[in-house]
Amino acid sequence: MRRLKRILPADGLLQKSADVAVYECDGLPVYRARPLAVALPRTVAEVGRVLALCTEYDIPVVSRGAGTGLSGGALPHPRGIVLALSRLDRIVSIDPDNQVARVEPGVRNLAISEAARPFGLFYAPDPSSQIACTIGGNVAENAGGVHCLKYGLTTHNVLALKFFDSGGTLHEAGGPTGEAPLDLCALLTGSEGLLGVVVEITVRLRPRPPATVAWLAAFRSLQEAAASVREVISQGVIPAGLELMDGLALSAAQDYTGIPYPEGAAAVVLAEVDGDDLAVALDSERLRAVFTAQGAFAIERAARDEDRRRLWLGRKSAFPAVGRLAPDYYCMDGTIPRRSLVPVLTEIGALSRRYDLPVANVFHAGDGNLHPLILYDAAVPGQLERVEALGADILRLCLDCGGTISGEHGVGVEKLDGMCAQFTAAELAIFHALKSAFDPYHVLNPGKAVPTPARCVEPGGMHVHGGRLPFARLERF
Amino acid sequence: MTDHDATETLAEAVRAAYGAAAPIEIVGGGTRRAFGRAPIGTPLSVAAHTGIVEYDPNEFVVTVRAGTPIGRLEEILARERQALAADVPRAGAASTIGGALAIGLTGPSRPFSGALRDAVLGVRLISGTGEVLRFGGRVLKNVAGYDVSRLMVGAYGTLGLILDVSLRTAPRAEVTEVRDVALNWPSARAALRRWEGGLPMTGACYTEGVLSVRFAGRTERVAAACRIMGGESGDPALFTGLRDLQGAFFARPGDLWRLLVPPDTPWDPPETLIDWAGAQRFWRVAGDPAAVLACAARSRGQAMRLLGTDRSRGPWGAGVPATMALMGRIKAAMDPRAILNRGRLYPDW
Repeated sequence: MRRLKRILPADGLLQKSADVAVYECDGLPVYRARPLAVALPRTVAEVGRVLALCTEYDIPVVSRGAGTGLSGGALPHPRGIVLALSRLDRIVSIDPDNQVARVEPGVRNLAISEAARPFGLFYAPDPSSQIACTIGGNVAENAGGVHCLKYGLTTHNVLALKFFDSGGTLHEAGGPTGEAPLDLCALLTGSEGLLGVVVEITVRLRPRPPATVAWLAAFRSLQEAAASVREVISQGVIPAGLELMDGLALSAAQDYTGIPYPEGAAAVVLAEVDGDDLAVALDSERLRAVFTAQGAFAIERAARDEDRRRLWLGRKSAFPAVGRLAPDYYCMDGTIPRRSLVPVLTEIGALSRRYDLPVANVFHAGDGNLHPLILYDAAVPGQLERVEALGADILRLCLDCGGTISGEHGVGVEKLDGMCAQFTAAELAIFHALKSAFDPYHVLNPGKAVPTPARCVEPGGMHVHGGRLPFARLERF
Repeated sequence: MTDHDATETLAEAVRAAYGAAAPIEIVGGGTRRAFGRAPIGTPLSVAAHTGIVEYDPNEFVVTVRAGTPIGRLEEILARERQALAADVPRAGAASTIGGALAIGLTGPSRPFSGALRDAVLGVRLISGTGEVLRFGGRVLKNVAGYDVSRLMVGAYGTLGLILDVSLRTAPRAEVTEVRDVALNWPSARAALRRWEGGLPMTGACYTEGVLSVRFAGRTERVAAACRIMGGESGDPALFTGLRDLQGAFFARPGDLWRLLVPPDTPWDPPETLIDWAGAQRFWRVAGDPAAVLACAARSRGQAMRLLGTDRSRGPWGAGVPATMALMGRIKAAMDPRAILNRGRLYPDW
């Protein structure tokens, strides 16, 4: 600790229990742990020195941005330190001619778009937490957002990275177009802080579309709404965003914002199209036709910024709105093929009744990314266990129809068991080997994102993937 | 197309090679064997591993076996009025999708519709120990596990033998038009910047004082774009040639290099061919590549040698030692005995 203190600025090491308490959890507060200390470096060089020291003493390091993650990825290690990168918050450069921005990891997502705005540019990935979340955290989680249907996830918008491996050696990956012999940027992006500590990110900026129009279509059944989503994409329209809210989410949002939805709506679909005037007009025409054909009983159009904001407000505030319906809610995150939207939503409704726990659905329907919100009361004994069982059933449903256990929130500590279901022991072994290539002593965020083989073969927890017993000849741990 | 699953045969061959520590050269259609360094090893053909594993046009995703010729795949997609989401190069009729992924190049539509690796949602592969593994998936958003699928693209087959790949597809353009206009490079670049995000461009290249732009999409939008750009009607074959590295420029003698640079980089020297709206520059270099390397350094870009007579030289130069060592450890994680395409990317792996 003395040596750590010497590396960092005067106010750069938090050890007092009151100071450290803020860092006990991230956006998934059911998991908490107190770290030994929190390091707050101001420079890239300090980050490198902290890492070298921690590797020397075998101290686990958990990197953290704004702590808005939803899977416990930034949960501290009780014998380790938290490496908070929030003070590395410089926008190094905005290059409007080449449409790139170089930023440090502690820069907030929205701050990049704000800095690019005078040049008519923006940074596309927009997770809901974009006011607070940092670009470093976005890289760690491969964050998505409402607009990734058209503009891609973080990984599609990162061109180059500078990162430290666990020993404190600085590496550069990517280039002006992101091409490379081995795509290290792709490995780092979404690695949840297990492979390296990113200290500079070069992201692609895009021209702001000249026109944007948002559409709201109200349906009398959730099934009709879900079917219309699939039909929109089938018609060859790729909206910038395509979202769905079910009845429970609608009534919560309506109470929260005071903005009414069409009377009798069991679900609404929100679609936004952007581009030049002609493209927007053509896409809008098709959207209206699809929604009408699919049984929408009310359709609204918003072109002015003010009206669009109003239309989106309910969606953007849906999570806090739903949060008022019950003392606690648990946000799930799985992705399924669009063709399975109707059966999976129907099945989630049946599970909700069976477990006697209300589930609200507000999600990125266009890319099949579900966010069922399970409402419960943690103070009632046994409820959390029931919630977890229901959550596991929902994820199994996602896997059974060819989907994944995490679309954009990451595995963290929350979904380690799900990883055993999605991957075989041999596949997990490759993940561990890759981890060791970057971090031979497993100093970086140990115990997250990739379960140990032992965890997957715990009694009762053995998952057999695709009917094959992983490592059939291996001894059980 | 006949569906033929050769997974077991291929996995057995790799397991045997692993057991004997005997390197193998992965071969698909055999049309890209001139790329990269000359590999050491017994050829193992993936050409018989063909067919569509799953294709639901409404999902805009196709899962295809690696030995499938690209042309055949495109025919199947065309029946549903779709195309691959990325512009995939081919070196001949036999060129396979697996080979395209291993070499990892993307055609002229790269700045507008993304790189080939951006279209990859998941892969099934055989590791260097002969195990059949699956990474990624068939859905658009998936953050479970490290992104091994994208890592395979452009690795020249040194990390695994690709069995199947899930790729994004896109609606096929109603019409495609090419327009040419004579401009100097700074004016051409300024025009491209103005049009980006507005006009439906799927290609923008510059050579010998002429900016050529390919527009594709809905009839009304393409017509409007052609009116805005002006100039005269151009040759669509220019862009398919660029994609496949064929045509007059590529027929010239010398080694073929590509420079990846910030798109606003000056046009220097004039005999190069500019693609990707400025970000990719092709050079023909006879002998010493010092000039191309210097240009890359000056513009903070990268130089990559695509094709050439001296097969001892690799596509990428040696990087910083610590990063080379890290990449070597990644290689060892995927292929511990270095039996897959040994020497093709770097001399010692």
